[in-house]
Amino acid sequence: MPGTRVVTTVAAVGVTGWAARRVLTRRAARNSSVPNRWRFVTVNVSPDRVTPYPEPLRSLGPDAEIVVRPAPGGKGTEIGVRLAEGEPTGAKAAAQRFAGTDPRQAVRAALRDAKQLLEVGEVLSPDRPGTTEKTLTGKPLELAIAHAKGEGRS
Amino acid sequence: MKALTWQGVNKLSVEDVPDPQLINSRDIIVKVRKTVTCGSDLHLLGGYIPFMKKGDVLGHEFVGEVVEVGPEVRNHTVGDRVVVSSFIACGKCWYCSQELFSLCDNGNTNPAITEELWGYAPGGCFGYSHAMGGNAGSHAEYIRVPFADVGAFSIPDDVSDLRALFASDSASTGWMGADLGGVRPGDVVAVWGAGAVGQMAARAAVLLGAERVVVVDRYEYRLEAVRRHVGAETLNYEKTDVGGELRERTGGRGPDVCIEAVGMEAHSTGPDYAYDQVKQQLRLQTDRPTAVRQAVHHCRKGGSVFVLGVFAGVVDKFPLGAMMNKGLTMRGAQMHGQRYIPMLLERMRTGELVTEHLATHTMPLTDGPKGYELFKEKEDDCVRAVFEP
Repeated sequence: MPGTRVVTTVAAVGVTGWAARRVLTRRAARNSSVPNRWRFVTVNVSPDRVTPYPEPLRSLGPDAEIVVRPAPGGKGTEIGVRLAEGEPTGAKAAAQRFAGTDPRQAVRAALRDAKQLLEVGEVLSPDRPGTTEKTLTGKPLELAIAHAKGEGRS
Repeated sequence: MKALTWQGVNKLSVEDVPDPQLINSRDIIVKVRKTVTCGSDLHLLGGYIPFMKKGDVLGHEFVGEVVEVGPEVRNHTVGDRVVVSSFIACGKCWYCSQELFSLCDNGNTNPAITEELWGYAPGGCFGYSHAMGGNAGSHAEYIRVPFADVGAFSIPDDVSDLRALFASDSASTGWMGADLGGVRPGDVVAVWGAGAVGQMAARAAVLLGAERVVVVDRYEYRLEAVRRHVGAETLNYEKTDVGGELRERTGGRGPDVCIEAVGMEAHSTGPDYAYDQVKQQLRLQTDRPTAVRQAVHHCRKGGSVFVLGVFAGVVDKFPLGAMMNKGLTMRGAQMHGQRYIPMLLERMRTGELVTEHLATHTMPLTDGPKGYELFKEKEDDCVRAVFEP
């Protein structure tokens, strides 16, 4: 069945990716002495253009530490953010990620939006109104899209 | 408006969908005049790229007329006839500054999906799944084009819609394969795949001064088009030993540059085809890399392999030993259209680059499902089906 094929593929890709990531991140965490991960974007502007910080970075408030440094090789400016109070772990973290309230998601989204504001002057929005319909088999993808700015590797 | 939409695996239909709107200040709205099928759409249609939602509008290769412009658009006004790069790029990030436009940091509104899959996210693409931004495609009466000053190009008066249409993706992609594959005067170039992209890659190699260009496929009507319109030699892999022919035609050295223009649903006559089919259907690999393996195997020592065909995930039995021990350079990319379209339009204007023969079938958008059926099954000698909304 074609529908089954799509669901199976989504599930296979998702589970494999999740499992691989869990293994790698846990292994990295064991070997790491950094309590809170700095999350970075590199923007194609000079460091003096980064301050005052764009609104998405300011809106993170005092819970976020921000570092700005020149990128090597003429690649612009690196902007890093980490959560001062530490990152959620365990079941609470999983629940927050699912609900879209994990503070790491806010950091990633703020970094992406700040980068676009600095480089382009505005944040690119998806098409609206959309043309798609909600379906049962589309639920995992809808969840992935809903968190697409807050998840990822930054 | 009417649009050709994905309704599920191997299901397409023309539906009424909302008209696009200007959202960002650099957007334009284009009334689509011609939009064309692409082999990479078949991966979406067949469910091999599982990031489609019911109702998604397909299509990423198109020309049209500007009907609305955002307040920050500088290069276009209402009434302009434009061809649009299939990949969406901001023109401002570091990747765009290096002319690697399909790698734009700011063109994909769903970056996490491809970051998880591939490590980092490429830019967005029209009508090419939510992994590539979920942008509505061009198989519709109208389309929103973000970053229009970067990705939309005015068509010279003496270039027809039909010729310019293929600058949008096929010709740009093909040219990129020859250019970034490092084709130089005197080279022998082999191209796997005689679809539109393969033909354009071969034509680019000819124009860049290659001594011999050989295109490999199994469809005689496509190979005939290569001989007639591209000016390249051909090999039918169902009728001849490709490796033996290539050795003979290169004095035993092998091709200097091998360009793969087939992608993840490759076919072959060997036992590897059945092996790859089984593994793909069992999801033990996502893509069938038959043509890539052949390109790596037949490439000369120290040569270059460029992968233009679309791949989504992981493949099995990749000949890493051949690549390493022969000292090959291997590269791939989605198309950096913004880098090539102005040059291609000029070559189209002078007649160096012709593309009309690729449009073997033209029909109204309402016949879109039929067009994809013709295209997918290679019926009636179809190379590309063009839709006119």
